[in-house]
Amino acid sequence: MSDPRVAGAGVTDFGEHPERTGRDLFAEAGLAALDDAGVPADDVDALYFGNFMGELAEHQGHQGPLMAEAVGVEAPATRFEAACASAGAGVRQAVKNLRSGEDDVILVGGAERMTNIGTAAATDALAIAADDLYEVRAGMTFPGAYGLMARSYFAEYGGDREDLAHVAVKNHEHALVNEHAQLRKEITVEDALEAPMVAEPLGLYDACPITDGAAAAVLVSEEYAEVHGLDARVSITGTGQGGDNLALQDRPHFDQTPAADAATEEAYADAGVGPDDVDVAEVHDCFTIAEVLAVESLGLFERGEGIAAARDGVTTRHGEMPVNLSGGLKAKGHPVGATGVAQIATLTWLLDGSHPRADDVPDADVAVAHNAGGTAASATVHVLEVVS
Amino acid sequence: MSARDGGYDDWLDAVAEGEGYYLECANGHGWLPPRRVCPDCGSRDLDEEPLPDAGEIATHTTVYVATPAFEEDAPYVTAVAHFGPVSITGMVRDVDPAAVEMGDVVGIDVGERETTGDRAVVFRPR
Ligand SMILES: [Zn+2]
Repeated sequence: MSDPRVAGAGVTDFGEHPERTGRDLFAEAGLAALDDAGVPADDVDALYFGNFMGELAEHQGHQGPLMAEAVGVEAPATRFEAACASAGAGVRQAVKNLRSGEDDVILVGGAERMTNIGTAAATDALAIAADDLYEVRAGMTFPGAYGLMARSYFAEYGGDREDLAHVAVKNHEHALVNEHAQLRKEITVEDALEAPMVAEPLGLYDACPITDGAAAAVLVSEEYAEVHGLDARVSITGTGQGGDNLALQDRPHFDQTPAADAATEEAYADAGVGPDDVDVAEVHDCFTIAEVLAVESLGLFERGEGIAAARDGVTTRHGEMPVNLSGGLKAKGHPVGATGVAQIATLTWLLDGSHPRADDVPDADVAVAHNAGGTAASATVHVLEVVS
Repeated sequence: MSARDGGYDDWLDAVAEGEGYYLECANGHGWLPPRRVCPDCGSRDLDEEPLPDAGEIATHTTVYVATPAFEEDAPYVTAVAHFGPVSITGMVRDVDPAAVEMGDVVGIDVGERETTGDRAVVFRPR
């Protein structure tokens, strides 16, 4: 079985672009990905498109064909929705279809327009990733859910808000050179600790911003890459997806993400790698505590030790296990339905040396992407490797 | 007036009357309605059991940035409390948010959201 190659990728600037439509955002990213790949639109066999809140933000359903049209692709197009893991789920399906030999070229991506509806409505839209009857109606917000998880984590394993602040400081520093990042601003631990509370114990700097943006990647079969002489040196060698009860209340632990554990186990086995092989990771830090849970699920840190990773410098760009060199969702931004593919784009560029932070991981040849939906009731993990 | 949410609204009615219940499978897994199958063990034999009088707060958060439907409620405490084999999310009332702690013993009731007047599960210290 051959592994699909990442032939090209593209992202828009992430940030506040309230007047840009979803279709325009995706057109920019999709066309950039096709150009980067050197693959003609006519060769695309399918579009898998991630989007979460299009109905609420743009009153737009049925976005697959709309987005195919926007990038000039005449191929079957399907939207994937798994909350914040929508694009990760699309990547996984693309990998499976390319491996099966059914398709040779799949354009995978996602877009989200969020700031046009304002912070209050966006908060409301994000909340619907939770159980409406039993969580949202009891006041659960997206930050609130992670606040519940953070408090549970502190009680079980220790750690405090200052440890989380180090995650934010690190990711802001990483984003400084990322021209596509939403927040290119250095912050201090004090800034984070003094920021207003959002959902105690999480403050404003524990949360990713609300973001407009899109990302796309052209995934091709190994055979297609060879026949067409593509410069595609990065393969997706492992894919995994896990699920969990939707409502946090229905899980035995609030300080772990078993869906991500399962996705990790599957993806590592698929790629034939283990956590010790991983050189660099992009993880789903929608909140600082989420990065802690992610690095533990990925096996990069023992349960209870992820909390100290940023503070101890291990996950900084100078550390042994750099995490979120893009700035993560925290500083790069989180256009929900695009995030999973933005991670694939970042890791591809880090591995092929074209990312502005690639110099921090010059010898990296194994990378891992962790994309989580809601409170990780959905999670995908992908392993990327430099083709030897 | 929107349609009732079958199972859920019936459960809220029962909680409001002090006759709350949960659904339990043969293996002791607890859930809230509507459920036709236990997600843990696949049992389709779910019985209504009376909800314990008191629950224990397992985790909690004070929400400052609320959705529009909770704007006037904020800041408010949302907590998950264990009631025997079932766990429930609710708004903690009648206590200073800063004083809420894990392990606090609470009773369950149905209250009103300040913003919309809609019903919500509420916990009060007991
Ligand atoms: Zn059961």
